[in-house]
Amino acid sequence: MTRAGWIRLALIAGALALLEAACRFGFISRDSVIPPTVMVQGAWQALRSNETRGDLLLTLQTVGVALVLSLAAGAAVGALLHQAPRLRRVLDPLLASYYAVPTFVFYPLFIVLFGLNRWPLVAIGFLFAVVAVAINTLDGLSRIPRAYLRTAAVMRLSPPQMLLHVILPAAAPWFFTGVKFAVAYSFIGVIAGEFVVSGAGVGHAIAFAYNSFDNRMMYGLIVLLFVLVGGINTVLWSWERRLYVRLAGR
Amino acid sequence: MSVSPDADPAAAAERIERRDHGPLLDTMLLIVGLIVLWQAGSMLLGRDALPSPAATVEKLAAIMGDQDFPAHAWETARAFVTALVIALCSGLAIGLALGSNRLSGEVAEPLLVGLYAIPKITLYPVILLLFGLGISAKIAFGVIHGVIPVIVFTMNAVRNIRSVYFRAARTMRLSLMQTAFTIVVPAAMPEIISGFRVGFALTLLGTLIGEMFASQRGIGYMLVRAMETNDTLTVMALAFLLVVLATAASTALLALDRRLHKRAMPS
Amino acid sequence: MVHLRLDGVTRVYPSAVQGRAPLHALGPISLTLKRGEFFSVVGPSGCGKSTLLDVVAGLAAPSDGSVTFEGKQIDGTVPDGVGVVFQEDASFPWLSVYDNAAFALRRAGVPEHEVRERVDPTLAFMGLRSFAGAYPAQLSGGMRQRLCIARTLVTRPRLLLLDEPFGALDQQTRLLMGDELLNLWRETGATILLITHSLDEAALLSDRIGVMSARPGLFIDVVETGWPRDRDSRIVSDAGFGQLTGRLWASLRDQSIKALAMAS
Repeated sequence: MTRAGWIRLALIAGALALLEAACRFGFISRDSVIPPTVMVQGAWQALRSNETRGDLLLTLQTVGVALVLSLAAGAAVGALLHQAPRLRRVLDPLLASYYAVPTFVFYPLFIVLFGLNRWPLVAIGFLFAVVAVAINTLDGLSRIPRAYLRTAAVMRLSPPQMLLHVILPAAAPWFFTGVKFAVAYSFIGVIAGEFVVSGAGVGHAIAFAYNSFDNRMMYGLIVLLFVLVGGINTVLWSWERRLYVRLAGR
Repeated sequence: MSVSPDADPAAAAERIERRDHGPLLDTMLLIVGLIVLWQAGSMLLGRDALPSPAATVEKLAAIMGDQDFPAHAWETARAFVTALVIALCSGLAIGLALGSNRLSGEVAEPLLVGLYAIPKITLYPVILLLFGLGISAKIAFGVIHGVIPVIVFTMNAVRNIRSVYFRAARTMRLSLMQTAFTIVVPAAMPEIISGFRVGFALTLLGTLIGEMFASQRGIGYMLVRAMETNDTLTVMALAFLLVVLATAASTALLALDRRLHKRAMPS
Repeated sequence: MVHLRLDGVTRVYPSAVQGRAPLHALGPISLTLKRGEFFSVVGPSGCGKSTLLDVVAGLAAPSDGSVTFEGKQIDGTVPDGVGVVFQEDASFPWLSVYDNAAFALRRAGVPEHEVRERVDPTLAFMGLRSFAGAYPAQLSGGMRQRLCIARTLVTRPRLLLLDEPFGALDQQTRLLMGDELLNLWRETGATILLITHSLDEAALLSDRIGVMSARPGLFIDVVETGWPRDRDSRIVSDAGFGQLTGRLWASLRDQSIKALAMAS
């Protein structure tokens, strides 16, 4: 591990230790925050319960669907916008405001559209993530050096060949960034939705625990979520590093 | 290798478009197009599910004319502006500090990226427990949403200042302060402003969400009440208001951003 | 025998903005290249040299006039037998050196054993044999350009177009790369059309040199160098070399001043 890595680890460990001490010695009230060790116990306890496992699975499924849909739609939209520079110029101011509105306020609308099931949550996660994928796809496509495309033209590649063998590999690093954001935003969207309005899933379980003053369970679930999302991000990050090593410098 | 802040959707969008701004006509066309789509959707799905543009605007006018509204608006504005100032200032300070040292930047980056990716909504209960219900919780929500992009952008801005500028500063024998103000800040400013733009949107989001959980007043509170009573018309009206405000602010910031970037990169 | 022929070739870009005049980028250009000839084009910036290359390669159709290659007209589609090396590094960073070189052949459906038979000697010829497993990001600029050349050579082009291929390299590397290019030319017998802004390079490498005017580019002079086929970079010490570059600059100087004025 690099020096930076050790420092990071030390910082996190230090912060946790500090928090533990602050909680144990009463600087922070137990009604607000419980010591990290108790959080971990809560996490372990939660994990052992079938209900939590069911919630986790449900959330993951919902996130997965939102992710796949947003990747497909986002890539398509990004590719389309790449061909329509006029359209993409005018969409720009709207994009920043897109993220300013809590999209889950449209939950009631989605219930009307999809029914009282998981689909409204998929819709929320999808809406959150699709824009990120589109923008990163667009970014990647516009960064493909013209020399690559002209080389492919001189080699007389057919359009499908050009797409598969030149455009996709060349835009891949940026698309991958879109994937990372899509994963993050799908999680955020779905869990936010579960938190606010849904009757199932990890987000709901956390809200329920909060409303029942069950701090142990609540923090336990939060820790589980952190571990889950952190784990996924670490995997993505290491894939990305491997990709970068080959490409060495965007 | 640094995580490109340009990968952030809102910022990447604006970086792609920085080169030239299309004519006003296209924007008008787009707005008209969206309104038409909206109207079509409303007719398709039914006025109760998706209120029409006309009904929405009418409702918004009614809401804004209502005597309670100014208090709500003020509540939200108060919380938002406070959160924004805190997020921007502390984000800037932290970002500058982290970015100026190679090691600190390297250490901080994955941590920040990780924090960004975690659904901050899971921290809401924690915030509520720490701050109680009230305006401080709302401000805290806003800050935790908005501060991270500001830090990341500022940090990267400082790290990306070409080392040749620093060498030039040394040959000109500038003091640390002079270097900071005459070279670092102007060179990093465009990226910093980009960070502010993203931070603005996210701080607004955070503040609204905070109001939804932690308050009996404010636009976020009005939103959640409308959601709970299935008052779709009010939801739409308020969402419309937010979109308009956020777009206006975003456009203004974008114009500022473009002006600064044009100065920095004349091509 | 005539290998490539341009007859009154012009290229005009219509303006995207209403009310603005279309851009007359090139021509009319008329030129005949014999098979196996080495022809260089020099000219000031913006004169349309790269447009000329696009039209000859079939990447763009001429607005007027015709391009004939091996007796067949080229009109906006790339014909068989043409290879292009661009100014920018176009090596694909996601493929190894070997896979880059093999790329065109594999896309054309050439069986793997034949791919190997063609790629291995070409990589050796370009001095890249020991880097076959490396990735372009690990190579220097000069080596990456060698890779681009190797990638083109593998397809056995009969007409090789080069657009300032050594532009990013330092003078000494350029001279050596020039020698390699001459070797390659003699080995393959290909017809070469080289676009360069370096008068030295044109004077050193070519059988004939076309001097282009400022935009719209026309040939204002075509010079025969008279060098023997087995030349190399040591001819820079020949007295004729200095006279040649002198003549080129005499033709080119005014055009360059004009081009500079146009750009500002």
